[in-house]
Amino acid sequence: VENVRLLDRLSSRKAALGTLYLTATHVIFVENVSETRKETWVLHSQISSVEKQATTATGCPLLIRCKNFQVIQLVIPQERDCHDVYISLIRLARPVKYEELYCFSFNPKLDKEEREQGWKLVDLNEEYNRMGIPNNYWQISDVNRDYGVCDSYPTEVYVPKSANAHIIVGSSKFRSRRRFPALSYYCKDNNASICRSSQPLSGFSARCLEDEQMLQAIRKANPGSDFIYVVDTRPKLNAMANRAAGKGYENEDNYSNIKFQFIGIENIHVMRNSLQKMLEVCELKSPSMSDFLWGLENSGWLKHIKAVMDAGIFIAKAVAEEGVSVLVHCSDGWDRTAQVCSVASLLLDPYYRTMKGFMVLIEKDWVSFGHKFNHRYGNLDGDPKEISPVIDQFIECVWQLMEQFPCAFEFNERFLIHIQHHIYSCQFGNFLCNSQKERRELKIQERTYSLWAHLWKNRADYLNPLYRPDHSQTQGTLRPQMAPCNFLYKFWSGMYNRFEKGLHPRQSVTDYLMAVKEETQQLEEELEVLGERLANLQKSQLNDNKVKSKQQDRSKQLGLSNSNNSLANTPQEYSSDLKSFPSRSPSQGDEEDSALILTQDNLKSSDPDLSANSDQESGVEDLSCRSPSGGSCLPSEDSGKDSDEAVFLA
Amino acid sequence: MEFAELIKTPRADNVVLHRPFHLAVEGTLCLTGHHLIFSSRRQDNAEELWLLHSNIDSIEKRFVGSLGTIIIKCKDLRIIQLDIPGMEECLNIASSIEALSTLDSVTLMYPFFYRPMFEIVEDGWRSFLPDQEFELLSSVTDEWRLSCINKEFSVCPSYPPVVIVPKSVDDEALRKVAMFRHGSRFPVLSYYHKKNGMVMMRSSQPLTGTNGRRCKEDEKLINATLRPGKRGYIIDTRSLNVAQQARAKGGGFEQEAHYPQWRRIHKCIERFNILQESLIKLVEACNDQSHNMDRWLSKLEASNWLTHVKEILTAACLAAQCIDREGASVLVHGTEGTDSTLQVTSLAQIILDPSCRTIRGFESLVVREWLQAGHPFQQRCAQSAYSNSKQKWEAPVFLLFLDCVWQILRQFPCSFEFNEQFLIMLFEHAYASQFGTFLGNNENERSKLKLSQKTMSLWSWVNRSEELSKFQNPLFEANSLVIWPSVAPQSLQLWEGVFLRWNRPSKFLDEAHEEMINIIKYNKELQAKVNALRRQLAEMETDDRMQENL
Repeated sequence: VENVRLLDRLSSRKAALGTLYLTATHVIFVENVSETRKETWVLHSQISSVEKQATTATGCPLLIRCKNFQVIQLVIPQERDCHDVYISLIRLARPVKYEELYCFSFNPKLDKEEREQGWKLVDLNEEYNRMGIPNNYWQISDVNRDYGVCDSYPTEVYVPKSANAHIIVGSSKFRSRRRFPALSYYCKDNNASICRSSQPLSGFSARCLEDEQMLQAIRKANPGSDFIYVVDTRPKLNAMANRAAGKGYENEDNYSNIKFQFIGIENIHVMRNSLQKMLEVCELKSPSMSDFLWGLENSGWLKHIKAVMDAGIFIAKAVAEEGVSVLVHCSDGWDRTAQVCSVASLLLDPYYRTMKGFMVLIEKDWVSFGHKFNHRYGNLDGDPKEISPVIDQFIECVWQLMEQFPCAFEFNERFLIHIQHHIYSCQFGNFLCNSQKERRELKIQERTYSLWAHLWKNRADYLNPLYRPDHSQTQGTLRPQMAPCNFLYKFWSGMYNRFEKGLHPRQSVTDYLMAVKEETQQLEEELEVLGERLANLQKSQLNDNKVKSKQQDRSKQLGLSNSNNSLANTPQEYSSDLKSFPSRSPSQGDEEDSALILTQDNLKSSDPDLSANSDQESGVEDLSCRSPSGGSCLPSEDSGKDSDEAVFLA
Repeated sequence: MEFAELIKTPRADNVVLHRPFHLAVEGTLCLTGHHLIFSSRRQDNAEELWLLHSNIDSIEKRFVGSLGTIIIKCKDLRIIQLDIPGMEECLNIASSIEALSTLDSVTLMYPFFYRPMFEIVEDGWRSFLPDQEFELLSSVTDEWRLSCINKEFSVCPSYPPVVIVPKSVDDEALRKVAMFRHGSRFPVLSYYHKKNGMVMMRSSQPLTGTNGRRCKEDEKLINATLRPGKRGYIIDTRSLNVAQQARAKGGGFEQEAHYPQWRRIHKCIERFNILQESLIKLVEACNDQSHNMDRWLSKLEASNWLTHVKEILTAACLAAQCIDREGASVLVHGTEGTDSTLQVTSLAQIILDPSCRTIRGFESLVVREWLQAGHPFQQRCAQSAYSNSKQKWEAPVFLLFLDCVWQILRQFPCSFEFNEQFLIMLFEHAYASQFGTFLGNNENERSKLKLSQKTMSLWSWVNRSEELSKFQNPLFEANSLVIWPSVAPQSLQLWEGVFLRWNRPSKFLDEAHEEMINIIKYNKELQAKVNALRRQLAEMETDDRMQENL
């Protein structure tokens, strides 16, 4: 479709004219401006909603909201075209078969071997070995080898040595969706562990001997402690309500030596609505500070983030400081349980705070234990009530921790944002389906590529320049501040307003430091080369042996210092060559954009008739009623002037 | 010395000091004329706390049996608690501190007694003289002159002795203009934008009153700054409503009919007690340990602090935009022209002028646009967030300005030569200091107090290399561009460095900062080494070649 206008959310004056293309996988908008031909690509799988608004004189507006928080506003001249686009997008955004997803057509031009290598990058058996397992207390169990016991669990599950197949199967029958207690994390320093499961089918009074034996086995696997914590991550009320449906929570009297604890994290529906409310706040045209803060509070989002963090902190403390094992569950044990186990692991083990370790963590606590990616992130058309930002919340927890511990993580914010993007993009096969079983049936590993290999290849872009493996913050358990420090939890504009670059800091400290570090590395190399040459030269002078050195040419070619100095001298340019997709160019020379931002609240009343009668005293009063900025407007004296310039007065 | 009379108990032993995020320490408390000194001589961890009495905002006492507790709340927002055994001693100490922290005579303040322990390299009182500023200006334009009309502070008590005015306006006209402006603050030059020759002026409100009085000289003065055929903008920092109400009290605003070449824009920047209440509410929210996440956000919102930050920044951006993008001159004023006016003019300069983003340039800006421009520091900074006395003229105007600077600094972390610590330091010294710089309400008072002879300037201390290194931003790379900050709510944050400074553990953030410095330091070292080696090699190679040629 031609002559489509792409509106800028921050300023209604600035719209780009271009052509809209729909392909099998993407929506593409190409600007008409000949020298730039700026392109905007949106994957169909990223589209969360398409909204057709009332036709105006200029055309038919189409609003596309994406799962990665991009909002695209198009104006299509012909109502007919708009309707066609709308209908096509509705269809394209809701594929019904896995085969329609982008990962089955995406080909990064890797050969078969490279693809296989990619999938081998993260190996969970290796990971359990790293934790020190199998050992005297824990073993791998093949009870679920054909997904016979639990179809949402992996085939290889780690359980206490004293829990035999009979106990496991017995316990699984007493647990929602047969998700029996299995090991998530083991701390080899003190034998304390984190296990996970779903809720017990206890109803009001039911009990199960095998399940009780199972918990006893978990306790025994930690000889240093005479009890285990059972953490139910739901609000108590929700858990009690579940009893009426024959589910519920553990009765402390039936289990020997457990301490039961509720941690009130709300369910997926509350979280979905909360995000929705927060995004509405982010989308406000020109909110006042009060609008924004009030809306943020009202959404409850940060409260929920804090609840997840607090649960993780509680478990990490139990394991690290008390040396007590913990069994975590919620209802089905695949949402809140995954969040809480992975936050706790991240706090406990520095390995998960490295790039590789973080991939392993997501693979372990989310992918392998059957987090329902397909349902939660709506990859295939399904029940909208199943959709919920569960892993988004986990990713945000990591960001909040990064803000509090700036040196503790090997990766940077961009890494998190890209992972979030790809959870929804379906460009890679990692997050397809709802369980390992489904992925195996689809032969995902043979037909698609792994995101982890892709990220690993570009790892230089994702490094946190402040990370040093020998830094004190990278050692041991992270201990975030608990209770009164609510102010530690902040709105993450880098994620939720990710595509409004005008809102972000114009210069990025991370990018700057990365450039410096890169230069440092080159300097180190050059120093070595120079040192060698110096030594050679001295030697040759001693021998009175003149070598017309080729090295001389070489060093000229290197020309390091020059190129790099200029790099460091212009912070507004240093990341312009970042090719990664949400190119967060910190370029602040971009005055056009920014000049407009500050004017947004003056834009409210841009009716041309208002600007005409500005000279009268009464006219001024009139204006001030409409917009607090009030003021009068200069009729454009110079028509050749850039139209942007007068904008703030309107 | 009469201080001795105020100190009823100069010393108490076995006092326990409590601070957030620190273990309680036992030690000795001493009171001197200007300081509260707590020292613990435990061998493993000897430490001393020196607190200026003038830094104390309020003091509370409590008793449990014979153990007295004093809670001291400081103007820098810190709260400490001292447990003092003995009821009488505790009462004595509390009343002494109360008396010493509320001395009403300026000449009894610490700056008049402070003797520097460092060598004075440069006298800060002479670092930023108007003549030097004017010299810089006259190298680019000859349309302005230095007027000594206010030499004896006879025309405008809150202006400095010399001001910069349009060349075409003589002193006689200035006198008439002064009569037409609130507090005699006639329009003077605040900033000259070299890029396009546009200027920013500031003044107080015109005294038009209800009957629309006019002053031809005033009109002529501000018109003198316009290029032929060009228009200018008057930014009134008050809402139109407030400005109209001011007419009833003899004030007012420039009427279109009399200033046809000017467009007036009203912005709404709050003043005085509204700001003070915001500060009190904000600090209360930051110190509230009990509440949950929801209450924190609603309290933050209810304080309105960030709303003020947003309003001030928006007005400053607008002024800067008029000058740089519209190519128009600007006149800024509110009512008195000593508060919101200065916030706007000084922030606009930070946006427009790269030199204001250097340490010296920023100091010069504070001197020009705040101290010399007559911001009444002594009145505004007499009390801070914990004060009970609700005096009308106390207001965190300067702190809000610093907060806005911090917001810009956060958005442009590589464009400022100074760091956050520098801004925090200025905040502290504006409220309590050993230096005389922020004493008095204007140059007139300062000259009467003979501050430059009797006290030390803050700048004499700051501008020594030992101190400067603490305030330098390791990421600084000169940026000659105009920097346009975002004023969207998502882009503005609570200034944790000031408001949460004593309520959050800062260890990890400090470590990160240190790491940043190390990365850059190492890079610079390597660069130096590589350059040295290159030079050495080049020399040897030339030697070689010469030998070869021989």
